[in-house]
Amino acid sequence: MTTAADDAEKGSNASPPRGGTPLLDVTGLVRHFDSLRALDGADLTVDAGTITGLIGPNGAGKTTLFNVITGFHLAQAGRVVFDGHDITNLPSHRIFRHGLCRTFQIPREHQSLSVLENLMLVPGGQRGEHLLGALLRPGEVRRQEHALRERALEVLEFVELAHLHDEYARNLSGGQKKLLELARTLMTEPRLVLLDEPGAGVNPTLMQRLTENIRYLNRERGITFLVIEHDMDMVMSLCDPVVVMSEGRQLMTGAPEAVRRDPRVLEAYLGGQYAAAGG
Amino acid sequence: MMTLALTKALLLILPAVLLALLVLPARPWRLPVAIPAGVVLAFAASHALPSGILAYVVSFAIMGSVYALLSLGLNVQWGYTGHLNFGVAGFFAIGAFTSALMTVEAPTGVAAQYTQMAFGLDLPFLVGVATAALVSALLAFLVAIPVLRLRLDFLAIATIGLAEIIRLIFQNERWLANGPQPLRGIPQPLHCLVQSQGCEWLPTWAMALFEPLSARDYPLIYLVIITLFVAVLYLLVERACRSPWGRMLRAIRDEESSAAMNGKPVTAVRIQSFVVGAVVMGIAGALYAHYVVTIDYSHFHALFATFLVWVMLMLGGSGNNRGAVVGGFIVWGVWSGTAFLANAIEPLLALIADDLPRRAAYFRWLLVALLLAAIVLFRPQGLIREEKRVSRYLGE
Repeated sequence: MTTAADDAEKGSNASPPRGGTPLLDVTGLVRHFDSLRALDGADLTVDAGTITGLIGPNGAGKTTLFNVITGFHLAQAGRVVFDGHDITNLPSHRIFRHGLCRTFQIPREHQSLSVLENLMLVPGGQRGEHLLGALLRPGEVRRQEHALRERALEVLEFVELAHLHDEYARNLSGGQKKLLELARTLMTEPRLVLLDEPGAGVNPTLMQRLTENIRYLNRERGITFLVIEHDMDMVMSLCDPVVVMSEGRQLMTGAPEAVRRDPRVLEAYLGGQYAAAGG
Repeated sequence: MMTLALTKALLLILPAVLLALLVLPARPWRLPVAIPAGVVLAFAASHALPSGILAYVVSFAIMGSVYALLSLGLNVQWGYTGHLNFGVAGFFAIGAFTSALMTVEAPTGVAAQYTQMAFGLDLPFLVGVATAALVSALLAFLVAIPVLRLRLDFLAIATIGLAEIIRLIFQNERWLANGPQPLRGIPQPLHCLVQSQGCEWLPTWAMALFEPLSARDYPLIYLVIITLFVAVLYLLVERACRSPWGRMLRAIRDEESSAAMNGKPVTAVRIQSFVVGAVVMGIAGALYAHYVVTIDYSHFHALFATFLVWVMLMLGGSGNNRGAVVGGFIVWGVWSGTAFLANAIEPLLALIADDLPRRAAYFRWLLVALLLAAIVLFRPQGLIREEKRVSRYLGE
């Protein structure tokens, strides 16, 4: 496997391929928490092959949108269509089986599993996940386990965590946990990965690596990304298009440059003083 | 010609070898060392110990095995999955009464006026145990659907309630199992071995082996049976837990949302683990019933059948099946030992206040509570901590 760094060097300026078909189509999503309108008719389209950015001020409903798409919260109205399938309000594990993965803003690693087994957990269709399989087919389970270990070690190699494979996941640093979250999504063949603030709390070097990895996966493995991020430099260099949310709704969508200049965005997201400075 | 001591020694070999396997660390030399050690131990115990002491040791080991199974079942639920099940006693009772009702002969004649029961099928021991496992599984499944939506303390409250309901049913529903009177005459498996006429299906030369045994030596036979159950159930539970299935359980215990987002059917897996644990507890109940022969509702109080089991698991090591079994025996030893201690301090208590010696029994609970507090403070992971690698296929 080529390392992400090599490839990123060769093609970091190439813009990600833009497909024309929407992979994820969210329309009119509503989710209220008591009187708080977290999502208030949110629309979102993610085209296949893109790295779509999702930005907006705190409380704009970005994470809630992720939670509703991935089945953590029920939508009160609206539809989520993924790759032609209506996945609105399906349980999370069934959404995963359609090829939609997510990471969490605050990493939710399985603390008392080793880094290696955090990854080995992910793939579906393991014989040993069924009680009878585990009891009656030890030979087959062993074969699968050995194959899974190889795959997990490859993925760990890719995110440069291989040396920590036997460490408890809880002992990783914050940034390493972020890498682990990304690595987990690579244990399957995801079509779309939702990343919730992959850069938050990550040092610049690690951030660089993370960005390169995302770009590499997008280009070489054809994985589509939807990224919530507050780091504007990262969004502007990584994402195209960028979707802006505000008050539970989509404010606008467009190329990073267009978004950066749009006065509505400056008003909503960056605040009055930037709008004044920009104008 | 067999002598009594020789027969006892031969019967003790299997339990002694299994004990050695339990205690010795998992190294390549474990089996080659455990077998001779077990044989020596069996001969030493049968030849050197006075028969009264040996009988006590055997009955201790049988009850220890029952508790080891309860602790093993709880380990699947709590240790692996984080189900805070405070209703162990309920599944224990269900297993005991089910197997009893399946195997007891329905009373006839005069006895029928004193004993009421829903049915008495006079079926073989193994059928009774299997039915106990099945009914326990069924109950756990039905209960799991509403109750497993709850987490931690709420689950604990719900399961305490469940166990109390079960106990009160067996206390008050006379037609079901003669409650509140005891249900008597639960048959003991292979009891014919110690009877003078012997078992008809056994060849004469084999029967000669058991010739010297009399009815009061029966617990030795039962010890062999119950240790076999412990060994087999331990191996099955260990195989299930040290596999991708067990990995899912631990993943769900750690972080449910992540497991769900990785495609694991969290609810279904949580129910499976609850049912598996309940099956082991139900079997423990059945084995208890066939040992004590007479059971009634008062045997299934939460103190004995739930909280003692929790102390066992905490001491042995939550999340480690071997720890669960070891903890079962150790805490049962502590519990039995405190009986002597409570007797010994009675004169001392009498000095403090006149009516204190009558309450010496509570002193035992105090000691167990102190033990629990000490574990939680000084060794929260238990004697044998959980394995770092869940899957046993990774050590290869």
